[in-house]
Amino acid sequence: MSQLVLRDVRKSYGDLDVIKGVDLDIAKGDFCVFVGPSGCGKSTLLRMISGLEKITSGTISIEGRVVNDLPAADRGLAMVFQSYALYPHMSVRQNLSFGLENMRLPKAEIDAKIDQVAKMLQIEQLLDRKPKALSGGQRQRVAIGRAVVREPTVFLFDEPLSNLDAELRVDMRGEIASLHRRLGNTMIYVTHDQVEAMTMADKIAVLRLGEVEQFGAPLEIYNNPCNIFVAGFIGSPRMNFVEGRVDSIADGTLTVLTTTDERITMAADRFDTNVGEGVTVGIRPNHMSVTDLATADFKVNVRDTEQLGGESFVYGKTGQGAAITVHLSGQTRFEPGSEIGAKLDSEHIHLFATGTGLSLRKGAV
Amino acid sequence: MANVISFLTRTRGIGKLHWTDWLTYGYLFLGVLLMFLPVIWLGLSSFKTEAELERFPPRIIPMQQETIIVEGYDEPLPLYEIVSGEFEGETLAQIRRVGLVAQMIRPDNPDERLKVDINDRQAIEKFALATENYSELFDRFNFFKFFWNSVFITSVATMIMLTVNSMAAFALSKYQFTGRMVVLGLVIGTLMIPQTVVLVPLFLITKELNMADSLWGVIIPGAATPTGVFLLRQYMLTIPDEILDAARMDKASEWKIFWRIIVPLSAPAIAVLAILAIMWRWNDFLWPLIVLSSNDNFTLQLALNSFQGEMNTQWSNLLAMTMLVLLPIACVFVFLQKYIATGIASTGGK
Amino acid sequence: MLAILTPLMRVIEIPMTFLEKRLGMKNPAWLFLLPNLLLFGIFALLPVALNLAYAVTGSDAILLADRPYVGGDNFSALLQCDSYLDPNSCKDDLFWRAVHNTLLFVVLQVGLMVTFSLCTALILNRDIRARGFFRAVFFFPVLLSPVVVALIWKWILQREGILNAWIDGMGWQTFNWLLDRNWAFGWSVFLSIWAHMGFYTLILLAGLQAIPRDVYEAAKMDRATPWRAFRRITLPLLMPTMLVVLVLATIKGVQTFEEVYAFTGGGPGTATTMIIQYIYETGFAGAPRLFGPASAASLLLAAVLVVLTVVQLWLNRNNVDG
Repeated sequence: MSQLVLRDVRKSYGDLDVIKGVDLDIAKGDFCVFVGPSGCGKSTLLRMISGLEKITSGTISIEGRVVNDLPAADRGLAMVFQSYALYPHMSVRQNLSFGLENMRLPKAEIDAKIDQVAKMLQIEQLLDRKPKALSGGQRQRVAIGRAVVREPTVFLFDEPLSNLDAELRVDMRGEIASLHRRLGNTMIYVTHDQVEAMTMADKIAVLRLGEVEQFGAPLEIYNNPCNIFVAGFIGSPRMNFVEGRVDSIADGTLTVLTTTDERITMAADRFDTNVGEGVTVGIRPNHMSVTDLATADFKVNVRDTEQLGGESFVYGKTGQGAAITVHLSGQTRFEPGSEIGAKLDSEHIHLFATGTGLSLRKGAV
Repeated sequence: MANVISFLTRTRGIGKLHWTDWLTYGYLFLGVLLMFLPVIWLGLSSFKTEAELERFPPRIIPMQQETIIVEGYDEPLPLYEIVSGEFEGETLAQIRRVGLVAQMIRPDNPDERLKVDINDRQAIEKFALATENYSELFDRFNFFKFFWNSVFITSVATMIMLTVNSMAAFALSKYQFTGRMVVLGLVIGTLMIPQTVVLVPLFLITKELNMADSLWGVIIPGAATPTGVFLLRQYMLTIPDEILDAARMDKASEWKIFWRIIVPLSAPAIAVLAILAIMWRWNDFLWPLIVLSSNDNFTLQLALNSFQGEMNTQWSNLLAMTMLVLLPIACVFVFLQKYIATGIASTGGK
Repeated sequence: MLAILTPLMRVIEIPMTFLEKRLGMKNPAWLFLLPNLLLFGIFALLPVALNLAYAVTGSDAILLADRPYVGGDNFSALLQCDSYLDPNSCKDDLFWRAVHNTLLFVVLQVGLMVTFSLCTALILNRDIRARGFFRAVFFFPVLLSPVVVALIWKWILQREGILNAWIDGMGWQTFNWLLDRNWAFGWSVFLSIWAHMGFYTLILLAGLQAIPRDVYEAAKMDRATPWRAFRRITLPLLMPTMLVVLVLATIKGVQTFEEVYAFTGGGPGTATTMIIQYIYETGFAGAPRLFGPASAASLLLAAVLVVLTVVQLWLNRNNVDG
C-alpha cells in the first residue's frame, strides 16, 4: 500500500506555475529521491509535502488521509534542512528536545529518547554543546537526530549533504542509507546530485520544470530512460548523443544514418519507429569501444585523454560537433587531435524521437 | 615597566608600532579626553562650595578654606596665614573685611582685634568635598519620589515597548501577507513624524483617555515608537527562514516560534533597543513636562528643570543634581556594556 | 532582560495560541501586529490627522469644535515671503529664520557627525587593544539626557568656565562664547555631535564588522593599496549601513530641539532657534497659543521629512526591503 500519495499536485505563484501536476505513489518504507537540476521544483514539492508550503490544487494524502489543510506540525513528518537549521541558541540536547516538549511528552520520556538517538548517531558527547561549536558533519548528525527523535512516519531531507565536503558527503550518504535500513521508515530525499540519487534510492523521481519526468527504481531509470532529458541527467559521465534519421529497417536490422553520413546499426525489434523518422542515438560512454576507422560506427576527434590508472576517459567531438566521452578500461592514450573510430555496443543503444525527445524503445511509456 | 610598554604597544604584526597605530591611539586618546573630561569636570565641580565655584580661574580639586569656631562668634571664622607685615608667620581668623583692611583675631585670644592689610594674608585651604550640595537635595526635595517615578516609567515603558515592537518586527520580517508593505510604510512614515510635531493633538488624546498627569500618560504614548520596529525588523531579516520551518516541523506554535526562537536569536538587537529605550525614557523631557503637572509625579528630568527655575541657577546644587540624574544611567551602562559588545560582535561575526 | 520577559511571554502565549488556532494559520501576522498597530493608530496616526484639522482652523481655542475653518490661511501666512533666502523679507520672519538655522544645522551636524562616526568606527575596527573600552567611551555621551548635556557644556563654556580659564592661562583674551551668534551656533552643532556620534559609530562599526575579512585578503592579493581597498571595498560594502545612518541622523537632526533649547534657549537673539522650537513657542509657550500656525509648520516639516526619507529609502531599497 502506498503511504504517501500525490494526485495532480500543483503550485503557482500568481501566473508562474512551479509545480505542474505531480502524481506520485510512494510505498511504505521506500527511500525515494527527488532529483533534478536546480529550479526544477524538487524542493518546493518537498516543502508542499511537509506542509510548509501550501498547495494550489490537487491532493496530498498520508496513509490514506488527505492532509492538504493539515499544518506542518500535525502531519507526522520530520525534515532535515539544507542549512541544518539547528537552533543556534540552544544546546544539542535542547535542539533535540524542543519538538518533543512541544508535543508535551513527559520529561523522563524525552530524556530516554534523546539518549537513545544520541547513542545511535554517536553524538552523546556533543549533547551539551551549542551548534556553533560543532563541525559540519556533527551538525548534520544533530539535524538528523532532531528528525529521528520525533519518530515520524516519513522523513524529508532537503539537500542535506550539499554543505559538506566531498569525503564527508560520501560518509554521510552511507550513514543515511544505513539509518534507513535500521529504521525502515519512508524517506524522501531531495538532491541535485544524481550520484546520491543512484546510490541511495529505492525509487527515483526525476523532475524537470515542475513535472515528474520519470519515476522508478534507479537501475530501471538508468537502463530505460523514458526520454532524452532523463537519459542525459542520470548516469555519470553523461550519455553521448548523435543526431540522425532512420535509414532502413530490414532483416531485423535498423540502420540510422547520422547527419554526417555515418551508419549505425542495431537490432530492429527493440524499437518502435519508422523509416525516415528523425532520431537521436544515445549511448553511454561505457558501452563504446575504440576500433579502426574502417569498422567504426562514427569517427571521434580526440581532444583529451584522462587516465585514472584502472580506467581511461577519452573526450572528443563527433563530426556533428557534439561532445563525446568514451570510457575504456585499462590504460590507453590517444594523441589530442587524432581521429579514432567509435564502435557502439548495439545492445545498449537508445533511440529518442527528435523533437519530443521521447524514448523509441518498445514498451516505453 | 618595560613589560607594560611592550604590552601597550603590541600590535597585530610583530615588531614596532606602525605610524598608523600611533595615529589610531592618538585619536582614541583624544576621544577619551573629549568624551570623559567634561563629565569628570562636572563631577568635580559638583563637590565645590558656591564660593569655590565663583573662583576664576577655577581649580581642579575641590578645596575649602579652613575655619575655626571661636568663642563669641556664631559662625565659624575663616583662617588665614599672614605672609608679611607686622604679624608675619601667625595664623589668624578673620572677622570681617573693610576695604583693603581685614579685621582679624588670634583664635586663642578672641578679644584683641588686629588690623591686617588684605595683601598680607593668605587663606589656609584643605581638600574638602562640599557634600552639602547633595544632602540639600534630599532635604529640600522629595528626591526619592522623583527617582522612583523615573525608574517606574523607564522600566515599564521599556518592557511594553520591547514586547510590542518585537512582535510587530517579527510579523513584518517573517510573514508574507497582503498589506505588509502598507504597514511597513506606516512604520517608516511614523518614523519621520516626531512626537514633537504632534504635541497638541497627542496631549488631547492622552487627556481624553484619562491619562493626563499620570505616569501611564508618559508610558503608553511613548511605546508607539517606530524606531524599534525598524531596527528589530532589519535584524530579524537575517535569521534564516529554515530555522522557523524547522520549528514549525517541531510542532511549535507561531507564538512559541516567536518567543523561543526569534526573541533569543534577536537578543543582540533587542539588547541594543533595550538600552536605547531605557535611555529615551530616562532622558525624556518634553513629553513628561506636558503630561505631568503635579509635583508628586515629576521625573528626575522635570525636577532638575524646576530646580533650575526655582533656585535661579545656584550652580552648586544644580551640578549635584545633574550628577545624580546622570549616575544611574552611567551605572546601567557599565552593567550592560558587555552585552552590547557581545551583541555587536554576534551581529557582525555571524 | 529576556529573563524578565519570560513569564510575561508565557502568559501571552495562552490567548495567542488560542487565537492562532481559532483563526487558523491564515494570518498570524496580524495578531503579532495588532498591539503595535493599536498604539500606532491612537498615538501616532490619529494625532497626525488631528494635526491636519488644527492646521486648517484658526483662533486660540483648543477644542476643534470651537475653531473656525480658515482653509490654507495658516500655510499662506507662513509661506508669504519676498525671498526665501532672506528671512527678514518674510511675513513670519521667525519661522524662516528657524528654517535657515535648522537647514544649516542639519547640513553641518549630519555631515560632520557621520564623518567623525565613520572615522571612529574605522579606527575601532582596527586590531586595537581594549576595543570594548574605547567603544564604550564614545557611546557614553549618547546616554546623557539633553538637559544634562546642555548643563555640562554650559558649565564649561560659561564666562568664568574652565575653557576661558585655559584661554586666560595661555595669555589670550577670554570670550563670552554663548553671547556671540556664530559661536553659539557652532557650539550647538558641536554639542549635538558630541552627544550623538557614539550611537552612529556603533551602527557603523557593526556594519564594518559584517564585511568578511577574506574580501580584504583578496584585495591584498590583488595588490590594492589600503586607500583603494577602502574606496573600492569598505565604502561600497558599508553603503547600506551608511544610508541607514544618514536616514536616522537627518531625521534626528531636523528634530533637534531639547539640547539646544536647554543650552542657548534659542539665542542669542534667534541665532539658534530651530523649527521645533518655533512650533513649541508658537503653539505652547506664547500667549495666545497659536495652534494653527504651529500645526501648519509641523505639517510642512513632516512633509519635508517624508520626502527626505522616501528618497533615502529608495536609494537603499534593496537592503531595506529584504
